[in-house]
Amino acid sequence: MSDAQRKVLVVGGGISGMTTAIEATEAGAEVVIVERNPYLGGRVVQLNQYFPKLCPPACGLEINFRRIKQSAGVTAYTLAQVTSIAGAAGGYDVTITVQPRYVNDNCTGCGKCAEVCETEIPDPLNFGMNTVKAAYLPHPMAYPFKYVLDPSIIGTDEAKKCKEACPYNAIDLEMQPTTVSLQVGAVVWATGWDPYDATKVDYLGFGSLPDVITSVMFERLAAPTGPTGGKILRPSDGKEVRSVAFVQCAGSRDENHLPYCSGVCCLASLKQASYIRERNPDSKAFIFYIDVRAMGKYEDFYTKIEQDENVTLTKSKIARVSKDPETGSPLVEGEDISQGAKVKQTVDLVVLAVGMAPGTASVKPDLEMGYDDFGFVTSPGDSGIVPAGCVKAPMEVAASIQDATGAALKAIHRTLGR
Amino acid sequence: MDQKIGVYICSGCGIGESIDLDALSAVADEEFQPAKRVVHPAFCGEEGAGLIRSDVDAGDINTVVVAACSGRVKTDVFVFDPMTTILERVNIREHVAWCQPAGEDDTRMLAEDYLRMGIIRAQKTKLPAPYQEEIDKTILVVGGGAAGLQAANDAAAAGYSVLLVEKEPEMGGHMAKWNKSSPTKPPYQELEEITINELIDQAKADERITIFTSATIEKIAGAPGMFDVTLNNGGGTHRVGAIVLAAGWKPYDATKLERFSYGTLPDVITSVQMEEMAKAGKITCPSDGSEPSVVAFIQCAGSRDADHLPYCSAVCCRASLKQSVYVKEQNPENKVFIFYKDIRTPEQSEEFYKKVQKDGTVFIKTDTAQIAIGQGSERKLSIEAVDQLMGEPVLVEADLVVLAVGMQPAVLDDPILNLQYRQGPALPELKYGFPDSHFICFPYETRRTGIYTAGCVRQPMMSSRAGSDGTGAALKAIQAVELTAKGKAVHPRAGDVSYPELFLQRCTQCKRCTEECPFGMYNEDEKGTPLPHPTRCRRCAICMGSCPERIISFSNYSVDMIGSMIKGINVPDEYEEKPRIVGLICENDSYPGLDMVGLRKLQYAPWVRFIPLRCLGSVNLVWIADALSKGIDGILLFGCRYGDDYQCHFVHGSELANTRMTKIQETLDRLMLESDRIRLEQMAIDDYEKIPKIIEEFTARLQELGPNPYKGF
Repeated sequence: MSDAQRKVLVVGGGISGMTTAIEATEAGAEVVIVERNPYLGGRVVQLNQYFPKLCPPACGLEINFRRIKQSAGVTAYTLAQVTSIAGAAGGYDVTITVQPRYVNDNCTGCGKCAEVCETEIPDPLNFGMNTVKAAYLPHPMAYPFKYVLDPSIIGTDEAKKCKEACPYNAIDLEMQPTTVSLQVGAVVWATGWDPYDATKVDYLGFGSLPDVITSVMFERLAAPTGPTGGKILRPSDGKEVRSVAFVQCAGSRDENHLPYCSGVCCLASLKQASYIRERNPDSKAFIFYIDVRAMGKYEDFYTKIEQDENVTLTKSKIARVSKDPETGSPLVEGEDISQGAKVKQTVDLVVLAVGMAPGTASVKPDLEMGYDDFGFVTSPGDSGIVPAGCVKAPMEVAASIQDATGAALKAIHRTLGR
Repeated sequence: MDQKIGVYICSGCGIGESIDLDALSAVADEEFQPAKRVVHPAFCGEEGAGLIRSDVDAGDINTVVVAACSGRVKTDVFVFDPMTTILERVNIREHVAWCQPAGEDDTRMLAEDYLRMGIIRAQKTKLPAPYQEEIDKTILVVGGGAAGLQAANDAAAAGYSVLLVEKEPEMGGHMAKWNKSSPTKPPYQELEEITINELIDQAKADERITIFTSATIEKIAGAPGMFDVTLNNGGGTHRVGAIVLAAGWKPYDATKLERFSYGTLPDVITSVQMEEMAKAGKITCPSDGSEPSVVAFIQCAGSRDADHLPYCSAVCCRASLKQSVYVKEQNPENKVFIFYKDIRTPEQSEEFYKKVQKDGTVFIKTDTAQIAIGQGSERKLSIEAVDQLMGEPVLVEADLVVLAVGMQPAVLDDPILNLQYRQGPALPELKYGFPDSHFICFPYETRRTGIYTAGCVRQPMMSSRAGSDGTGAALKAIQAVELTAKGKAVHPRAGDVSYPELFLQRCTQCKRCTEECPFGMYNEDEKGTPLPHPTRCRRCAICMGSCPERIISFSNYSVDMIGSMIKGINVPDEYEEKPRIVGLICENDSYPGLDMVGLRKLQYAPWVRFIPLRCLGSVNLVWIADALSKGIDGILLFGCRYGDDYQCHFVHGSELANTRMTKIQETLDRLMLESDRIRLEQMAIDDYEKIPKIIEEFTARLQELGPNPYKGF
């Protein structure tokens, strides 16, 4: 069997794709990762802490980056997307398009380009809640550790200034999209998930009220690398947030939006309640839920947070978030299902626990894969395409990694023609 | 190896503007006389990297010391054959130039000490000689249920021999006794046939898989690559390389749930009995064999209950939904009640929940632990509960009550593997008896190298997930044998070819190494002498830290190495008022944290010399004594968080370091030094903003204490 047939292509360099790649490599395979972002790590990079340990994702990422660095078996293309895949298990011809980074391998990460750059762009890492220089390092622990020039400044004097400031000839303004062709024996599809578009649940105020944000944005507000350096401040006025309402199933378990349960949001909100509680002893968290779904040993985490008397859990359906005319703060209204009463709660900030939509809901690759009504990939049978992680079902990080580890072995099977 | 050292000092990225590189070069030249010493503006560039490479290729040097950026970056440039060339990265960019004022004497002195320590580290490094023995790559799979069968079939499909051991006469585990499985395929509404027989047939047909049924394990001796597995009842001894434990689960003992009258009222049954009845063809009331027309399910029977199983058993909601379908299928007129705390149907199984709701099953939200079950008046049984949604008591009568009992790991009272390890026969459990991983990022971690758990023995999970869990565990087992064959460590130091070597003549049989190794690497002889099993080793060097006789070393990491680095620090006399602090830090979390401090150009006092360690658990107390007797004013230790939610990837390294520091009092008393001179901080990788403040506070405290009186001795 040729080396090309033994090779595995992993599409998506988030925690699932990275895991599949590293685990397969350490079992002897050769792997190519294709990642759309200018860095590896995907959505976990944007998380402040993991439940239930409340530990930083950067810790495990650091170990994984080290595993990639010390192994010769992983090649990673960032700013890259697969443009075509043809063939069958054991032999696929793959084309990858790599967008220009405008920064080459000479980059030392010294930051001289960012020092002179005056143009700022909405920070993609922080969902645009702040701005970043148009010559930027995606985040302080980014891998690969290389700056990026935003395409918007290419062709301007700003870009030339950046180029002139670089002592290492690392900025190449003539960089063009390139095409890479490869042959692989198997393909792992790990393109992850997108947060459900919160503007579609318009009655919850996202987009119209500045102090209504999504759960993924709240992670950034709490993160030391976030727009506020980890201080949880209200977007409208920068005031310290003392009370937060978490609206569960924002889009999930809803026939008009995502009929399924997104699996992780209950635990994510319990975790986020701990962010606000640890910052201020008087702060309050209100969680409005349908069912609290803390599976397995995650129940311990639920029990722990529930015992905090400043965390209130209410079985309810939230009908509306509006601006409280008296205070200007968001007002959450709905029905308390347990008490048969009305919910009426004014808070500093509302966090919508938005659901997980698979990456394959919006972009369905033309491959031997089946999909369910929601866009999740169903069992692909014996083809050489192996789905991994949240393209199959909503999964928390540990489950994604578990699934991605198995996907590594399935991919190895496919390269062996089994 | 006759070391020929090349020292390559980079002036780029602001280093040249910050540090007097002539002085730095002079330190290298005068104190170490390297074979080569070059200053260049960018060793990571083509020209600079070419200089180093040509020196190596020409044989002029075989030990490369690069004083430049962090060892975490440019790893693809500074790469040499580790079997022939020693590489040491000295971080004078993030840890000096980017966090200290340019041009200051103190900045220069900091860089000089880092260079001294780096050269000494390189000098004390030996080329690795990997531990390679004749190894066997067979995978042992324990348990022939959903997870074990999948693990066995998938390991075999990758070309590995498999030994599959099942305690029952037939394979298939719990699933073989089931009637149907809950939906896994779109539209997620129809029950599915049990397909475990396909897996059994596949395993039986695969000549790479040797199956032992009605078999249990008497003992397992040895280590990864060379486990000797002895089966009971004359099953013989078999050599294997790695192990997947997929021993499954057992239902919680329902007789402990007195309130539910299980065992006293015959028509109160468990979900396991319900399943078996359905598979046998007919659901009947045990008391009289009649077909029930009203069936009630009690969820969380023992689960989510502090008096029984505090955790959620994860599958019971879906199991009861499935069984409610059986009841309706038997007779569409039948009525079903489900008493629940929360209905937990995550992911696409929400669709199944909705279907069962539509089909008329009645759901009653209540604290099920408070339900009382007794004799009924119109029907066989009565169920009293408080309906939390209506806020009032409800009384339901039913012919049959099904307790959705929780899951416990099969290893709860039986170690099953019977490991011949000094630290005991079982896989260490995490919580509630499950030998699960503690690490979110690494769900297959166990504390016994080369042994992985899969399926419900690891945590409660659905059968479909147990299968994929078996696949993942099989991959980890394959990795373990492949890396072991090459003499390499597995995660988290995957690829490391060093391993602990013991100078046993000086061993005093104190047993600290054998007790403190988180992975049970050491057995013991009858006198207490450690018997190392290097393929069990994860290379954390906690044993090296534990050893009072300092007889444990790695080719590239030793007590002497770090001690010599500390002794290499230039300690100014007390009149110069320049305190010196040694910082012993975790290389995975605190070292990158310090890099972040540099990247963000945060400044801190120039007195600390940081030394990255494999794990804080490898800190040997002699280093503290070395430092203090040399006149170092204070010791800072940065390690991972410990406690229940510990973050140390070697389990308890930082906690052990903390314990050891409390024991150093004796040394301090002997030296007549204050205990405040040693400070351990728990530091996560993203806590870096705190570092400057910690250093500032520590320095202030040292100033109060005054200089270490041993300076100049």
